[in-house]
Amino acid sequence: MLNKIKARWASQSVDARFEFIRFVLVILLSLALTLGIVLLVSNEPLYALQQFFFGPVSRFRKMANVIEAAIPLTFLGLSVSVMFSARQFNLGSSGSLFLGGTVASVIALTVPLPAVIHPLFAIAIAGIVGGIWTSIPALIKLKYGASELVSSLMLNFVALNLGFYIILNYFRDPQAGSLASFLFPQSAILPTMVPDTRIHYGLIILIGVIIATYYFMVKTKWGYALRMTGFNKKFATYSGISTTAVILYSQFIGGMLAGFGGAVEKLGMYPRFLWQFMPAYAFDGIIVAVLAKDRPQYIPVAAFVLAYIRIGADTMSTNSDVSFQMIAIIQGLIIILIAANAFLSKTRQKMVVKEATND
Amino acid sequence: MINLLTPEFFFTVIRVTTPILFAAMAAIICTKSGVINIALEGIMLSAALFGVIASGFSQSIFIGMLGGIAGGLLIAGMLAYFSLYLKTDIILAGIALNLLAVGGTVFMMFAITGDRGATNSIRSLQFPNVTIPWIQDIPVLGVVLSGHNLLTYLALLSVVVVWFFLTKTTLGLRLRSVGENPDAATSVGIDVRKVQFLALILSGILASFGGMYMSMAYLNVFSTNMVSGRGYIALAAASMGQANPIGTLVAAGFFGLMESMSYQFQALGIPAQIVNMVPYISVIIGLVLYAQYQQNVIKRKKQMKLMQEDTPS
Repeated sequence: MLNKIKARWASQSVDARFEFIRFVLVILLSLALTLGIVLLVSNEPLYALQQFFFGPVSRFRKMANVIEAAIPLTFLGLSVSVMFSARQFNLGSSGSLFLGGTVASVIALTVPLPAVIHPLFAIAIAGIVGGIWTSIPALIKLKYGASELVSSLMLNFVALNLGFYIILNYFRDPQAGSLASFLFPQSAILPTMVPDTRIHYGLIILIGVIIATYYFMVKTKWGYALRMTGFNKKFATYSGISTTAVILYSQFIGGMLAGFGGAVEKLGMYPRFLWQFMPAYAFDGIIVAVLAKDRPQYIPVAAFVLAYIRIGADTMSTNSDVSFQMIAIIQGLIIILIAANAFLSKTRQKMVVKEATND
Repeated sequence: MINLLTPEFFFTVIRVTTPILFAAMAAIICTKSGVINIALEGIMLSAALFGVIASGFSQSIFIGMLGGIAGGLLIAGMLAYFSLYLKTDIILAGIALNLLAVGGTVFMMFAITGDRGATNSIRSLQFPNVTIPWIQDIPVLGVVLSGHNLLTYLALLSVVVVWFFLTKTTLGLRLRSVGENPDAATSVGIDVRKVQFLALILSGILASFGGMYMSMAYLNVFSTNMVSGRGYIALAAASMGQANPIGTLVAAGFFGLMESMSYQFQALGIPAQIVNMVPYISVIIGLVLYAQYQQNVIKRKKQMKLMQEDTPS
């Protein structure tokens, strides 16, 4: 077993080996940072840390919570990774997620359809709306040359208010205490898949979407054109790829995936539209995509890790005196360090030199 | 009844333009040196929190100000270090730092004050309001221009200072040469990285004042995510103003005008959600109009060039 691993390790290129070492180091650094922060702010640091790291595996229900939380994170991660792969800094995923949830709620409440078809139809329309939403910054950029970054961020604020406007003005349940829509009909809800948890059939949809995204990005010529455009736009243009088309469909697909995510989350986890503000995880698609290096096959893994951390932090903040927001600090540093190309560049230099002299 | 053309309305416009103006001036300095500072939002948030905490504990507005600047520089310094020395993509680093600041400020707030949502338990100081003796006696203009917060006047002053710095000082010239052509700057012995580092630090200080204005002048508490996109709006203002201080002042003023108008709409009974969208939509429309204008200018220049080439001299 050990020899096998050794052989595998030796067969990798220097770059791959270095990347692995760097990744492990980033994770260790962030663990050290977690330790440092908790020691600094907590009166019961050991207990808090125990809750953070082992809270999610302490009970079956908590483990299920991790899977539940990983579902929207995976959709968002796929969304961001497709858009970033074309090297477009479109941050509209959260807006598409929110509108996706809104549209799915509206369809659940207004269009009478039989079970199974009802949620699928709602999710499909939510995806289209989400796709159109993230296409707006791309269209503005292509037609007028204005940065997609700022316009997509502005559109997030617009999406949030638009969603609230639609729900609160047309579908608000006056009986409900808080700001909420009427209850969804039974036919629209994604039923629970695993008894005693809230894990719903959205998980099956998600698995289908992951496979489809992987197939699209890695096996089709559109996916190839997309990655090539992101890698080197000029080169892509010279090889006859229409980069305009690529940018448009990449942003549409990215938004569509986030729209799916919003709809699945709404119909799977909630009996009615209950979001009071932008969900806290709406921007976490970025960290999922960065952790997975934009590769669709790694996105679910990264989302699971992040969901684990979130549930751990949640358990910690309910049971101890360290607040949930600690993970924001750690997540931010993980993104920066993983994307830091010159981080440990001296070590890389040494590894390359060693490899060269060995030959 | 809608009150658009009253002196009070224009007073509000200046009031809400202030934080955007500080951050837009910060954006100009970075743009001129060839780096994009997406982290303005995070810098403002961090400065807003640190300012409140420092002034609350010291009960000194000066120490509060230093604390706020330190908070802003914490984010700006990290952006500079990671993007310039560790070669993180500066846009990605900026996004990451903004996410870090949104959650990190809430974390710090709870850890230091025990408050959730807003710093209600500490008594923070506010920058004073200033009445200008002669101007306040001028009939209409006095109401519009006098009685603002000290930071508002500082923001207006910063437009002049940034203009002077960029056009009249050696350092400003160096900074612009780095932005225009880093290779040429290197060839005459300018350390590009050092200059860009400095630009990010300077912009961090300016944006910090924008953040402190939010929590120590506009309001007197820090609340979760209180900057709500003003850092990004400032970026849009700087790009519409073509990184020219006066043009940027006009663009920032336009966004301030739209925000003030949205408050008036609320008084008309238009739903709050629609009203809240107005400032953000105006930024998108502003960006589009500006970019279209830019394209027309380029097209016209090209046509002029072609015509000149066609006519035999």
